[in-house]
Amino acid sequence: MKNHVLRPLWCVLAAIALTLIVRHFMVPADFGVNGESFTYSYHRLSNVDEWRDFKAKYKGREYCQECHEENVAETSSSKHQLIQCENCHGPAIDHPDDPETLAIDTSRELCLRCHASLPYPDNPRSRIKAIDPNRHNTDTACIECHNPHNPNLEEG
Amino acid sequence: MTEELIVHGLEWTDKLLFVYPNEFIYWSIQIVMYPYMTGLVAGAFVLSSLYHVFGQKDLKEMARFSLVFSLALLPVAMMPLMLHLQQPLRGMNVMFTPHFTSAIAAFGIVFSTYAVIVLTEIWFVYRQYFVQQTIALKGKEDLASTFKRTLYHVLTLGAYDINEEAVAKDKKAVKIMAAIGIPVAGFLHGYAGFIFGSVKANALWMSPLMPVIFIMSAVVSGIALCMLTYIIIMEWKKLMATLARGRGDESVGKIRGAEMEVIATTSRYLIMFLVAAISLEMLDLIFRGYTAMKSWDILRSVMFEEDFVKIFILQYGMGNFLPFLLLMLPGLTIRRTALALVLVLFGVFMMRWNVVIGGQAFSLSFEGFMHYHLPIIPHNLETFKEGLAGAITVIATPFILFWGINKILPSLNIVDNDL
Amino acid sequence: MSCSRRKLLKSALSASVAASLPLSAFRFLSPAECKAATGTEGTRWGFLVDTNKCVGCGFCVKACKKENEVPYDAPVTRTWVERYVVTKDSKTHIDSPMGGRDGFTDPKIRGEEIAPADIAKTFFVPKLCNQCENPACVQVCPVGATYQTGDGVVLVDRKWCIGCGYCIMACPYGVRFFHPVHKVAEKCTFCYHRISNGQQTACVDACSFGARQIGNLLDQNDPVTKIIMTERVAVLKDEYGTKPQVFYLGLDRNVR
Repeated sequence: MKNHVLRPLWCVLAAIALTLIVRHFMVPADFGVNGESFTYSYHRLSNVDEWRDFKAKYKGREYCQECHEENVAETSSSKHQLIQCENCHGPAIDHPDDPETLAIDTSRELCLRCHASLPYPDNPRSRIKAIDPNRHNTDTACIECHNPHNPNLEEG
Repeated sequence: MTEELIVHGLEWTDKLLFVYPNEFIYWSIQIVMYPYMTGLVAGAFVLSSLYHVFGQKDLKEMARFSLVFSLALLPVAMMPLMLHLQQPLRGMNVMFTPHFTSAIAAFGIVFSTYAVIVLTEIWFVYRQYFVQQTIALKGKEDLASTFKRTLYHVLTLGAYDINEEAVAKDKKAVKIMAAIGIPVAGFLHGYAGFIFGSVKANALWMSPLMPVIFIMSAVVSGIALCMLTYIIIMEWKKLMATLARGRGDESVGKIRGAEMEVIATTSRYLIMFLVAAISLEMLDLIFRGYTAMKSWDILRSVMFEEDFVKIFILQYGMGNFLPFLLLMLPGLTIRRTALALVLVLFGVFMMRWNVVIGGQAFSLSFEGFMHYHLPIIPHNLETFKEGLAGAITVIATPFILFWGINKILPSLNIVDNDL
Repeated sequence: MSCSRRKLLKSALSASVAASLPLSAFRFLSPAECKAATGTEGTRWGFLVDTNKCVGCGFCVKACKKENEVPYDAPVTRTWVERYVVTKDSKTHIDSPMGGRDGFTDPKIRGEEIAPADIAKTFFVPKLCNQCENPACVQVCPVGATYQTGDGVVLVDRKWCIGCGYCIMACPYGVRFFHPVHKVAEKCTFCYHRISNGQQTACVDACSFGARQIGNLLDQNDPVTKIIMTERVAVLKDEYGTKPQVFYLGLDRNVR
């Protein structure tokens, strides 16, 4: 019983050992400094691949073209040639398997994103033909008159 | 509201003018409670150490009580953090993979070190008592006594030696633990200030003075809480003595005299730290105004317009200036001290509030404001945790814990002990 | 005796410090190992925003939210578009309703009518994570749940984040938020799953006007790199020393 003073120390050491054992089982093996700096690259390495494997939903015009060649061709020669199909048709994801059909946004609001008139003469927005949504055929859907794939009324 | 739309902070944040879309009051009431409770822990411990290390005899009565009280406060310093985490079950990750460039990662280490020191000191203070209890309870066979005996038996850690030499060693160890404890307690709270002071994105928080200001106000609040609790205990004793032996009895006067003396001396320490805290805060404020960096415009409108009442009336006026006057005016009475102490505690709380909530009262764009509405009546887990109910839970816990701990480690029979 | 006591205290302190040090903190990978592990050698993703081209249609915000599964109707978003209207009395009116998700179709700003005659200049500014070279958000993460990849993108480990919100507080640009479903810190990843597989980010693809571009800053022949090298570009809030990697053409002093 000479050194009872050391007893708390043994308890602390036991607690530390316990923490380290638990830590060994709880922390993934690939956790560490995966790069040059502890400040910015201390992480679980496999997480990078988890993010790489995240599912892409937007497939791009080329994907649409595989089946809908005529629609892509029509749009490509119109003023809407720069707009991606999926901006209006929604993300393709695994279409035509899943979803089998895409919900097309045919609302006035969609067209107004670019074509609502704003009094900004210095803004690139003013280079786009615009209407006042509160005056221009307020209760009609835009697509009643304008074909989104070829919006010019004279040609359409 | 569907589950998908529960955006953390949306419920209690009001936006004014232009605020970035993702900005909300993410750090709410629990982050106000966190430095407040940590401050109380650190303050209580420092008070007990003043006696153990520097031999401030006048604090003897308070020393054991504040030590045990700081033990009761220990788990409570951690509680607000856990209540605030979005993934509380992963809280242990801070211990498993601490990222040392983060101020919060230090929490695991500093807090554990501090806990070890407090526990060790208490063990040395109470070891003799544990042994005495184990011996005294020997032979009693009822359930409660058996349980108590086993508990004390475990608590002795098998060290039964209570001869003079061993007890002398205990005393020395207490002194050493208390001495190490002071810087660690300071560090514990200083780093809480660092958590805020090092956020360069936040114009109000970023200041090298922040850790020092936090330490000063921590000590202020810790001392105030210990004094207040002491007053309540002594008043209770006085009442008991009066009821038992009558008003004019000698023992009542004795208690009154002892109480007044302890309070008068402790309040001198309180005033000292209070002055230091206010001076630093004023220095910070004046410096910001004088240098008038880009952020000053928005800070000024937060301090002098949006939050004027909270900062200048509630915090500085009611929480600092008024108690300062109450304590400095001659003819100090217990009642006036108690009022001053309540105000001091309130003032430090408002200081935490104005730092944590005030730091989020303006947008990072410097073009708008955010207002915080404390959820009063909880209607889901989040509004419970980060609302009035959660705050009250945090405040109540140390007293409940103290009540429990005091049954095993009696710290209020402050008459016959020499540690 | 006093010697052993000193030893006790010393070892108690050092042991508790040592215990909390993760052993893996000292495990540095060799450059070859790193390359094998990440496959990102020779790439540093950078972004170019041309505010002269942005018309405020908000298709980028819509695409981002759908691509990255950020609840569509939640008022948080990985990328957003701000509208600036500077009037002739040199007041700046700024807004970004729902992050500009539905475009800017109303001339009113937060309900306030601004007379067209009073308008001095107007512009739209798309914002996204700056994928800083010195990300303040990564520095403050207590558990190593957010980090910078070898090609310079800052990601969040959804399985390790404790949701303390420190990174949200540390970001000077306000790009981070808590994901309403996963309950962890969330931010723009430059569509890491897309750029790592040879695609453009969802927002770049969705932009019909070429206001957004992404490129490899280490490739001298990359069109984005060429513009950054040869034209006058600016970054947001460079006073914070975070070294943003999103570059802007046509930035104004009023941009926040």
